Amino acid sequence: MSDSGTSPSSGTSGAQTPLHRRSVLKGMAAAASLAVVPGGLVAACSSNKKTGGSPSSSSSQAPSSAAPAPSGGGSSSGGGGTASGTITFGSNYSDAVPKAAFASMIGGFTKANPNAKVTINTVDHNTFQNNINNYLQGTPDDLFTWFAGFRMRFFASQGLATPIDDVWEKIGGNFSDAFKNASKGSDGHYYFVPLYNYPWAVFYRKSVFAAKGYQIPKTWDDFVTLQKKMKTDGLVPMAMGQKDGWPALGTFDIINMRLNGFQFHMDLMAHKVAWDDPKVLNVFKQWTEILPYQQPGANGRIWQDAAKSLLSKQCGMYLLGSFVAQQFTGADLDDLDFFAYPSIDPANAQDSIDAPIDGFMMSKKVKNKSAATALLEYIGTPEAEALYGATDPSDVAAATNADTSKYNAIQQKSVEIIKGSKNIAQFLDRDTNPDFADNTVANMIQSFFNNPGDVASQLKSLESQAKQVFTS
Amino acid sequence: MSGRDIAVLSAMIGIPLLGVLFFIWFPAVATVFLSFTKWNGIGGIKAIHADGVQNYVQAATNYPPFWPAVRHNVLWLVVFIVFASPLGMLFAVVLDRQIRGSRIYQSLLFLPVMLSLALIGIIWELIYSPNYGLLNNVIGRNGTHNLIDWLGNPHLNLWAVLVEACWRQAPYVMVLYLAGLKAVDPTLREAALVDGANPWQTFWRVVFPVLRPINVVVLVITVIESLRAFDLVYITNGGNNGLELLSVLITRNIVGQVSRIGFGSALGVVLLVISLVPIVTFLVFQLRQEKRR
Repeated sequence: MSDSGTSPSSGTSGAQTPLHRRSVLKGMAAAASLAVVPGGLVAACSSNKKTGGSPSSSSSQAPSSAAPAPSGGGSSSGGGGTASGTITFGSNYSDAVPKAAFASMIGGFTKANPNAKVTINTVDHNTFQNNINNYLQGTPDDLFTWFAGFRMRFFASQGLATPIDDVWEKIGGNFSDAFKNASKGSDGHYYFVPLYNYPWAVFYRKSVFAAKGYQIPKTWDDFVTLQKKMKTDGLVPMAMGQKDGWPALGTFDIINMRLNGFQFHMDLMAHKVAWDDPKVLNVFKQWTEILPYQQPGANGRIWQDAAKSLLSKQCGMYLLGSFVAQQFTGADLDDLDFFAYPSIDPANAQDSIDAPIDGFMMSKKVKNKSAATALLEYIGTPEAEALYGATDPSDVAAATNADTSKYNAIQQKSVEIIKGSKNIAQFLDRDTNPDFADNTVANMIQSFFNNPGDVASQLKSLESQAKQVFTS
Repeated sequence: MSGRDIAVLSAMIGIPLLGVLFFIWFPAVATVFLSFTKWNGIGGIKAIHADGVQNYVQAATNYPPFWPAVRHNVLWLVVFIVFASPLGMLFAVVLDRQIRGSRIYQSLLFLPVMLSLALIGIIWELIYSPNYGLLNNVIGRNGTHNLIDWLGNPHLNLWAVLVEACWRQAPYVMVLYLAGLKAVDPTLREAALVDGANPWQTFWRVVFPVLRPINVVVLVITVIESLRAFDLVYITNGGNNGLELLSVLITRNIVGQVSRIGFGSALGVVLLVISLVPIVTFLVFQLRQEKRR
C-alpha cells in the first residue's frame, strides 16, 4: 500500500462484498472492542489516507485508443480454454482506471474459456486492506488482489493462502528471478502472481537540468554538490510532502539500501536488526546532510502539492514512485524524467530499488481450484498483463516478455531501471508490518523532520516500540 | 395480570434488555476483557492470550503518542467549554434580538453544523495548505522560506484544527441556545425591564438562570463532542505529528491490517474511564436534584 491515490474524489466505487454471517461473528470480538469508542468511524472513506493498489486515478494518461482485443483466443493462456464453473475474485481495484483494466484482462480469460464465469467483487481499496484479516478468515473469494512482501508471506505462513507452485510451473519463464523471489512465501513455495510494479526514483524536469547545465549525479558527492548549486540558483533542491506519513519512507529505504545494502534493509524490516542499530543512525546522519536542501514544511504538505512544486519548477528534484507522473500532462509529462538514486557506498552501488509489486493470491478456502489455477496461469502470461497495461498505463507489466511497444517514455525507462536492479524492495510499509511502518516509523520520520538533532533518542523510542509490535 | 399481559410485558422489557445487553454491555465487557490480552485478530478465541496489565503499562511507558493524546483530548474539552460554547451563546443572544437579517445570519452560521466533520476537514485543508492554501496566500506567507505550516507544524496544527472544530461547534451550541431563548417567557423580561434592570443584568440575572436545562444539555454535548473528536484529525493527517487523540489511537490499533486488538482495547478502556468521569458527575448531580424535589 505504498502508494498514491489520494485524490479527493476517490470515494468508494464498486459493489461491496456482502457481509457473510460467519465473518461477522468472527469479527465480533474485534468489533466489540470498537463499540465503546465514542467516535464515528470514517476510516474507510477518508480521502487523505493513502490508498493501496495502483496509483490509479491517472485518467489523464489513459490512452485514447480502445483496448486491443484479447490476443489469440488464449493461445498461451493457462487451461487452454478448458476451465469451467464460477470463479470468485475479490478485487481492491476500485478506482475507475484500474477497475476497467482489470475487467478487460479478465475478459480475455472468459473469452478463451467460455464455460468459466468470473465474478469480480470490487471493494474500495482502503476498506479491502483494513478488513483483510476478517475477509480471509471468513468466506473469502477464490482469488484476491494483494501485494508482494511481508503481508503476503504473513498470510501464507498463517495458512490463509493456498500455495500455487503448479501455476508457476507454467508461468515461471515469464518472470525474472527478482519477481520469482518476491512471489514466494517464507516456506519457499509460491503464493503470488505478480501483475505490475513501478519504480521509486528521483524525478526531475529535463528542461530545468538543460537550462542550468546540471548533470545527473552518480555519487553522493555529486548529489550534494548539485543540491548546493540548485539552492544558490534559487531552486528548492528536493521536494518533499510527508503529511500522509508514507512518502518519506521511500527516502529512508533508498538511503538505507545504498548505505547498508539490501540484505541489511530486509533484516531491519524483519526486525532481525534493531532500529537503534548504529547503521540505522548512519542513514539518518546521511539524510541530515541533505536535509537543508529539502523543501521546508514537509509535514504539512501532501505529495500532490510537492509534485506540483516540481511541475512549477520551484523544486529541482523529487524522490517518489512513478505515479508522480499523474500530476503531469502533455508537454510537462514529456519533460519529466528520472534517474536512480546516486550511489553512497560503492559496494552497493545502485543495485537496489523500491519497486512495489501488485498481484494476486489464492485463498485457503478456494472453491473452484482448477479453474482458479487456470485463471492465475492466464494472468501470468505476457498477453494478459499487456491487456491490463493497455488500459492502465501508470505501471509496467511484471512479465519480462510483455509487450512494451505502447509504453510512454517514463514506462520504458521504468522497465529498464527495474531490470537493471539486482534487488527489488517492496517499499517500507510492504516489507515490514504495515501498521508499524505507517504509524510508528512514519511518525518517527516526522519528528526527525521537526527535530533532526534528536534522531538518536527518536530511534531508541522506535526500537522499544518495535520490540512490542514484533513480539505480539 | 393475565398471561397475555405477562407475555406482552416480557416482550417489551425483554427485547430492549437483550438489545442493551448485546449492543452495550457485551462490547463494553468484551473490551475490558480483551484489554488484558494479546491478540492479532487472527485465529479465533484460541489465539487470544492473557497478558495481564502489560497493555496498560506499554501504553503509559512505551507508546509516545499516548500522553500527547490524553493532553490533546483534555485541551479539546477545555477549548470547547471556554471558547466554543460561550461564542455559541453570544451568537444566540445577538440573533435572538431580532436584528435586521437575523434569519440570514442564522442560516449562514448554521451551515457548518450541517456539514459532516470529514467534509469540514477537507474544506479547511484547502484553506491551510502551505503553498496553495487560501490563508497563506492572503497573508503572503506562501513562499518557500516564509511559509506557515499550519497543519504540519506540531506546535500549530492542533490549534488550527481546533479552529475548525469550533467553527462547527459554536453554531451548534448557538442553535441549542436559540431554541432555549425562544422558550423564555417574555413576561420575565418585561418584569426585569419594569424593575429597571439593564440588558446585561437582565440576561445574567433573569434569562440565564431560566436557561438551566439548556445549559446542562450544552455541557453534556460539549463533553461528548470533545471526547469523540476523531474525524477532523483523521482527515487532516491521520492523527499524527501533534494531532494525536485517543480515539485515533484506538482505531489505529484495532482497525487496520495488523491489529493489536488487546492494546487498542486497553486504550479504549482508558477513554471509557475518562468518559465516565463527567457522566458519573452528571448523574450524581441529577439524582441529588431529583431527591431534593
